[in-house]
Amino acid sequence: MEPRNQSPPDPNPLTPRTEPRNPRTEPRNLRNPGTPEPSSATVELENVSVSYGRNRAMRDVTATFRPGAVGLLGPNGAGKSTMLKALLGFLTPDQGLMRVLGLDVAKAPLRIRARLGYMPESDAHIPGMNAVSFVAYCGQLAGLPAVDAMQRAHEVLYYVGLGEARYRNVETYSSGMKQRIKLAQALVHDPDLLFLDEPTNGMDPKGRQEMLELIRDLAHNKGVNLILSSHLLPDVEYTCDHVVVMDKGAVVAQGPIQDLKGPGGRVYELRVKGDEVAFVTVLRGQGMECHGTDEDVMRVFVPHGQDQRLLFELAARHGVQVRHLKPSMPTLEDVFAKAVGED
Amino acid sequence: MPIHDQSYRRYAGPRDEPGHAWTVIAWAGIRSMITKRMFIGLLIFAWIPFIVRAVQTYIAANFPQASMLQPTVETYREFIDQQGAFVFFVTIYVGAGLVANDRRANALQIYLSKPLMRMEYIAGKLMVLGTFLLLVTWLPAMLLLLLQTAFAGSFAFVRGNLYLLPALTLSTLLQVLVASFTMLALSSLSNSSRYVAVLYAGAVFFTEAMFGVLTAITGSTAVSWVSFSANLAQVVDVVFRLTPRYDTPWIVSLLVVVGLVVLSMSVLERRVRGVEVVT
Repeated sequence: MEPRNQSPPDPNPLTPRTEPRNPRTEPRNLRNPGTPEPSSATVELENVSVSYGRNRAMRDVTATFRPGAVGLLGPNGAGKSTMLKALLGFLTPDQGLMRVLGLDVAKAPLRIRARLGYMPESDAHIPGMNAVSFVAYCGQLAGLPAVDAMQRAHEVLYYVGLGEARYRNVETYSSGMKQRIKLAQALVHDPDLLFLDEPTNGMDPKGRQEMLELIRDLAHNKGVNLILSSHLLPDVEYTCDHVVVMDKGAVVAQGPIQDLKGPGGRVYELRVKGDEVAFVTVLRGQGMECHGTDEDVMRVFVPHGQDQRLLFELAARHGVQVRHLKPSMPTLEDVFAKAVGED
Repeated sequence: MPIHDQSYRRYAGPRDEPGHAWTVIAWAGIRSMITKRMFIGLLIFAWIPFIVRAVQTYIAANFPQASMLQPTVETYREFIDQQGAFVFFVTIYVGAGLVANDRRANALQIYLSKPLMRMEYIAGKLMVLGTFLLLVTWLPAMLLLLLQTAFAGSFAFVRGNLYLLPALTLSTLLQVLVASFTMLALSSLSNSSRYVAVLYAGAVFFTEAMFGVLTAITGSTAVSWVSFSANLAQVVDVVFRLTPRYDTPWIVSLLVVVGLVVLSMSVLERRVRGVEVVT
């Protein structure tokens, strides 16, 4: 893609002023001087609590989201969507301070939303419109002139893979297409920060992979900052560099995924025959972390300086047979399990 | 842009400052309505009384034998009354789905994630309904006054009834505001536009029937405040400097009308949100 200033002059005056985005050479904050520099945070929360009536959905949350792709990870009901909705100004926190792109959410919600794109979790569209009208309408709502909004709508629909279906009524779309159109409406006004709430929900494996590719491309090649809220660990691991892990309304871990995954020792997949519960207690007594998986094996974190021999010794000492032992790599799933204290 | 380049590009063109989104919402709503043939038919039908009145005005101005048809202030008051039926139908046709359809499609979170306030969303939706209601009330009334002046060839009638211009404007605005706010509030209560339509029609007919029954029992129209349309009629009479038609003090009717608008605003404030909190 050639930079626009090297292209021949465009004879069509209706062509919107679009420029290629090269995150390596172009700073993201040319248009908005308030956009954070790479070292600062896109979103900051300080002691934020949000309640739905008597239920506290977020408890004293303090978190920092760095530029780039950040995963907001947690099981259902952890408070991820609540956090995004509070950041959008849909919910007023009971206490705490929230800043998005350096602006206070309580004081400048409109200025923030002008620079945000939000892809909601549930199906959402404007009824009675075809895809291109819908996306262009969203562009206009975000402040783009009508002609530019329409041009951007076409471009963004092609980008998300709905180019051929852009004149169809959105209500006739499949679940996967509805996810894509939600991404398109979030992108049409070229936001500085994207909130993606469970973007792969309801998608078939192929569609899911394509959606993840799009998100990864946006974050890593197009320089769009994004926060991906998901309970699906592989999605976050594939697309994000940083992660904020939530559980029961609180942040339980945050940081670069690589840092969270290691290097705190070795991980083994282990299956034993015998009194498994007692053996897990023994392992924990030796400072090892153990948690179960969907299969018949447990994942054991052996501390730095130890190896599999310790596992065999302990098994022999406690009359347990080792039926399966396989070295493994630390995954985000381990980080998550450790953070939320899963057994 | 080259045809092969379908990648994501950044936008460096102009952007409106927040505060104009209501015009986008209003224009989109108006455009979507005028593409419906049935609705255009309803609008044309709503102008038939205007045509009849225009013919009446022409005959009265050009044939001395028909001078008894000469329009008076009461003629305009009657015209506003007649248009009340079309206000009812247009309100149901346009208004029932205004918020309900957005709720059904979860569109509120799309709208409110853009740089617009809830007030702007409501203003945009009100403008859609208000525009069409003014199109069947204020516009024909004003045109009628203009035609009468043109056919008579003098401003004598207008000069003699100078208050008619603001009276027509005020009374139609009142009608439009009450109908729009009430319908929008009802529309925000449900995800089904049909249910909203039934609810609105039910509210209008039920209060009217209750007024009829209470009048029959008490033998007085002092209970007209229970009726949605009677309150409006009572206030509009006063605006036209005519004797109010019911025994209820007009100020009570005005208070009920204002109360209805305030109640509707409060409902909208609670229901038009990006997140619905059920506690």
